[in-house]
Amino acid sequence: MKILVCITHVPDTTSKIQFTDNNTKFDTTGVQFIIGPYDDYALARAVELRDQTGGKLTVLNVGLAESDPTLRKALAIGADEAIRVNAEPKDSFFVASQIAHYAKEGGYDLILMGRESIDFNGGMVHGMVGEILGMPSFSPVMKLDVEGSTVKMAREIEGGKEMLEATLPLIAGCQEPIAEWKIPNMRGIMSARTKPLNVLEAVSEETQAEATQYQLPPAKGAVKLIDKDNVGELVKLLKNEAKVL
Amino acid sequence: MAILVYIEHAGGKVKKTSLEAVSFANALAAKTNEGEVVAVALGAIGDDELASVGSAGAAKVLHASDDRLSAGVIQAHASAVAQAFEKVGAKTVVLAKSSLGDAVAARLAIKIKAGLVSNVVELPDTSSGYQVKRSIYTGKAFAMTAVETENKILAIKKNAVDLKTDGAPASVESFEVSLADSDFASKITSIEQATGEILLPEADIVVSGGRGMKGPENWGMIEDLAKTLGAATGCSKPVSDIGWRPHHEHVGQTGVKVAPTLYVAIGISGAIQHLAGVNSSKYIVVINKDPEAPFFKAADYGIVGDAFEVVPKLNEALKAEL
Repeated sequence: MKILVCITHVPDTTSKIQFTDNNTKFDTTGVQFIIGPYDDYALARAVELRDQTGGKLTVLNVGLAESDPTLRKALAIGADEAIRVNAEPKDSFFVASQIAHYAKEGGYDLILMGRESIDFNGGMVHGMVGEILGMPSFSPVMKLDVEGSTVKMAREIEGGKEMLEATLPLIAGCQEPIAEWKIPNMRGIMSARTKPLNVLEAVSEETQAEATQYQLPPAKGAVKLIDKDNVGELVKLLKNEAKVL
Repeated sequence: MAILVYIEHAGGKVKKTSLEAVSFANALAAKTNEGEVVAVALGAIGDDELASVGSAGAAKVLHASDDRLSAGVIQAHASAVAQAFEKVGAKTVVLAKSSLGDAVAARLAIKIKAGLVSNVVELPDTSSGYQVKRSIYTGKAFAMTAVETENKILAIKKNAVDLKTDGAPASVESFEVSLADSDFASKITSIEQATGEILLPEADIVVSGGRGMKGPENWGMIEDLAKTLGAATGCSKPVSDIGWRPHHEHVGQTGVKVAPTLYVAIGISGAIQHLAGVNSSKYIVVINKDPEAPFFKAADYGIVGDAFEVVPKLNEALKAEL
């Protein structure tokens, strides 16, 4: 089976979010970048599936050279080869267009990615790639098993999950608990240095909805502490001040 | 001309988040002169219920009652909504962010060549171009997004607008969709869903418990408090990881992101990953015995005390008041 996993290169979940250049650019000062946590789940499941069924696992990122260490980490975790589409990921449509092009060229049976990136949280790229390629797409997928060409999945819905069956090829946006995150071991890290990382050109420049300006939410006021022996005071505040009861 | 709203329903009722999407479209149409608001509903649901969507601001509801659409088959729903879009001659589609809504919107965007903005938090600014404010970095920031296409899709976040409730009943029109076998290439074999409960992503009030609850056997007091408040129950990631509570209750960066008017956190320290899932809440109450718990910094109201003492007392005080 040929598996493609698309990953994002995003700030660590504990990062302080700040902007520069008159609030038009993300401030990377002191920020550590990681494989998107949801993408990491997709990658972990893909490694398991590749180990079960054999075949090849390719990892792809749309990004500039700063993504290379993130791709190397994915190779260390277990991907066989990496592709970086050399372009700034401008919006969901732009990214989906690049992925769709190279996914078609590669003829993959299964395309996995995270349910959403943790920077822009769009959660739209898998569905867009699916529609461009005429493949079914599913998200957020929390369980995925492949038996021959049949894929059995669980997709999270509000308050529960639905069980699904479909046939390859397909695309899934993944989330926990599809697999446990894998930590690269020393052998993986060593072998990642020599695995291929191919840099390819962007195939289209078209964008549809680009971010132009950023804002931070207003600072939160100080907490009002209520004595634990006077919970009635909290009820009053919720009723009369917050007016939420 | 019209704005199309994709509405979802469950248990014979149109979802409240979909009614918010209708209200959003109603306010948007008034701002951009895009005519009336037409909703599209798919699958089996009563026409009386659909007419009531008028109260939120829809003039008309197109109802494709084909029973194959009653389950949320993603491709089929995307095809049906695209056909409704053609039929009403809309330029804009509005929908509520949800598990199915997101999946449908992404495919629809390609079908109708629309610029898509997700997590929209307020009406677009049309004073120069078409700028949409969306929540990014899991609620830690906002981005103004310039939509460059003629057709547009806005997936709105909960509480983006106030719910309109004074509209006249909508006319309900049956709507024939033509669907191919390929639209049903995937099959939903079963659904496991908590019934009779308030669903977490849609709840106005959420009561969540963390490791401070010491064990799943102590969740009764969380549930009692939730019941008094008419709230959904949630939990922190460690709690769902150890299996005290099901995964769909996990609130946080990699779990459910909630945007209730009131979030009550009990025995949760407030790790940054948990805060990322709740930072869109209007008011936050934190109950924790550790005065140094970081959650207090993000809270509006706090009680430093043992949950096992405070929560039952709070529940009684609320019962007396409500």
